[in-house]
Amino acid sequence: MNTIFNLYIFVCRVNLYYNTMVISLAEIMDVRINGRGGQGAVTASRLLGEAAILEGQYVHAFPSFGPERAGAPVTSFARISAEPFTEKTEVYEPHIVVVIDPTLLEDVPVADGLRAEGTIVVNYDGLKESLMKYFDTTHVNFYKVSGSKIAIEEIGRNVPNLVMLGALIKVTRIVSLESLIKVTVNRFPGILGEKNVSAIKRAFEEVE
Amino acid sequence: MIKQVKGMTGNEAVAWAAKLVNPDVIAAYPITPQTIIVERYSEFVNNGEVDTSFIPVESEHSAMSSCVGASLTGARVFTASASAGLALMYEILYVASGLRCPIVLAVANRAFSAPINIHGECTDQLVCRDASWVSLFGESAQEAYDETIMSFKIAEHPDVLLPTMFGIEGFIVTHALERVEILSKSEVDSFLPERDVDLKFCPDETNTFGSLVLQDYYMEIKRQQEEAMTNAYRVTKEVMEEFTELTGRTMEILEKYKLDDADYAIVSYGATAGNAKAVVDRLRAKGEKVGALKIRLFRPFPSLDIYKALKGIKAVTILDRSVTFGSPGTIVQNDLASALYGRENIPTLHGYINGLGGRVLTLPEIEEVYEMSKHYNEINMSSTTDWVGYRK
Repeated sequence: MNTIFNLYIFVCRVNLYYNTMVISLAEIMDVRINGRGGQGAVTASRLLGEAAILEGQYVHAFPSFGPERAGAPVTSFARISAEPFTEKTEVYEPHIVVVIDPTLLEDVPVADGLRAEGTIVVNYDGLKESLMKYFDTTHVNFYKVSGSKIAIEEIGRNVPNLVMLGALIKVTRIVSLESLIKVTVNRFPGILGEKNVSAIKRAFEEVE
Repeated sequence: MIKQVKGMTGNEAVAWAAKLVNPDVIAAYPITPQTIIVERYSEFVNNGEVDTSFIPVESEHSAMSSCVGASLTGARVFTASASAGLALMYEILYVASGLRCPIVLAVANRAFSAPINIHGECTDQLVCRDASWVSLFGESAQEAYDETIMSFKIAEHPDVLLPTMFGIEGFIVTHALERVEILSKSEVDSFLPERDVDLKFCPDETNTFGSLVLQDYYMEIKRQQEEAMTNAYRVTKEVMEEFTELTGRTMEILEKYKLDDADYAIVSYGATAGNAKAVVDRLRAKGEKVGALKIRLFRPFPSLDIYKALKGIKAVTILDRSVTFGSPGTIVQNDLASALYGRENIPTLHGYINGLGGRVLTLPEIEEVYEMSKHYNEINMSSTTDWVGYRK
């Protein structure tokens, strides 16, 4: 009886969470990464996926491929769940959005499709409150970190892709900091990996 | 059994599985979205991690021709292509099967030009259905990995000796990172022993391959291919059973999902089958008695198995990510209709051409399509074909 009651509570919670019918008992987290060509949005979704796999989670992480040029707006996705899932579509209603480039705020509806009570993390140097200018912040959890500044100071280049993952995992705990560091060092052995790890740790601390 | 897990894209899964197989010869030409398969493999060759002879040819026609020549020496041969590349191989596909070369071909399913498009669609592989190749589809990076290894065993079986192709859809599988349970070299070596060939090109023997055969024997040779295809049905089942024992993951020519008590079914193949299963879960939560059937083995077409799986179902929604023009139904719907015609207790068939050139058919759209099929069934339409998910 107790188990059934717990299940009922769980289903209600999922119900609330999705704000719609029960889709699945397993919580699938859909992440969209908005960036610009050349900033490593593809690498970010890949490493987020690898970190989740390292933790025993199930993943479908992929970029949206098209005629992308350096600087053009691009998106990549990561669908992550503790339980196996079979869905293979692009992400239209993300639970989590990461904005790698602050200039996208002016050009792209970055919060498009973001679910109620979802989370958006933006690379932004201004006051957190001023993000309200760019998207409706009333029903979402929004965070900012000075990703570009951290990237330039720690890595020496404005490549804030992994920096933003550091901020993302602090506020969502979708993967652990330890897992993210492991896959980063594995992907970028040597000094570049070390610099990225420092940047990830700083974003993890500084996100607000 | 402790499972080793690695994050890989579909293409990487094919390359890593092929590395364990360590074919004697690979001849390939790059084409998006297949390129990474041969790119990764050429790194393995360059690093000395495999001893494969890698032939970077100047076209897919030459790729398949080189594969045929290599295979006739008794070598284990692998290649990969997609779309226009596969179309350019088409002439030689028939030479490969006619000469009974058990070549394995990975297809990164992609739309045909024009207009030029690099994205996922399965027409490229489906139109090779008459070429006497065993033809499989995979849903995920895991299945890409598994089918790479199994394909060699099916193709090289002495009762089959037919080339084998398996397809994974461009980008949504080929370029997507997934969790893949991997095998060890020793596991693959014991599953897939060395090729044992009686008749081959060899410096010490005198043999003729590919000679002229006219009215006298051509038809008998074609008939032998059909018998080999019949054997391939049995062998594929056996190989999948053996693979299931090896890995602990159930691998069957058809995957049945919540079909046992179902009144309705969604039939699909490839990545679409993953979406179909997700839709079945959503519909079941609403109280619908629906299941899904995934076709993993497309050639030889497992008619009787499909009949048994769909017997008693009222209406079947066929999600076909391919296009054929002026046809009585979608490509897979036509096969289903032939497989079921005249049998008892069969469902009505509703085919939907969808997902062309990478277009996404979303889960809510699949639910709508399912409702359409139910409606057709209720108004006694036994067979319908529609295009869905496009601007009208």
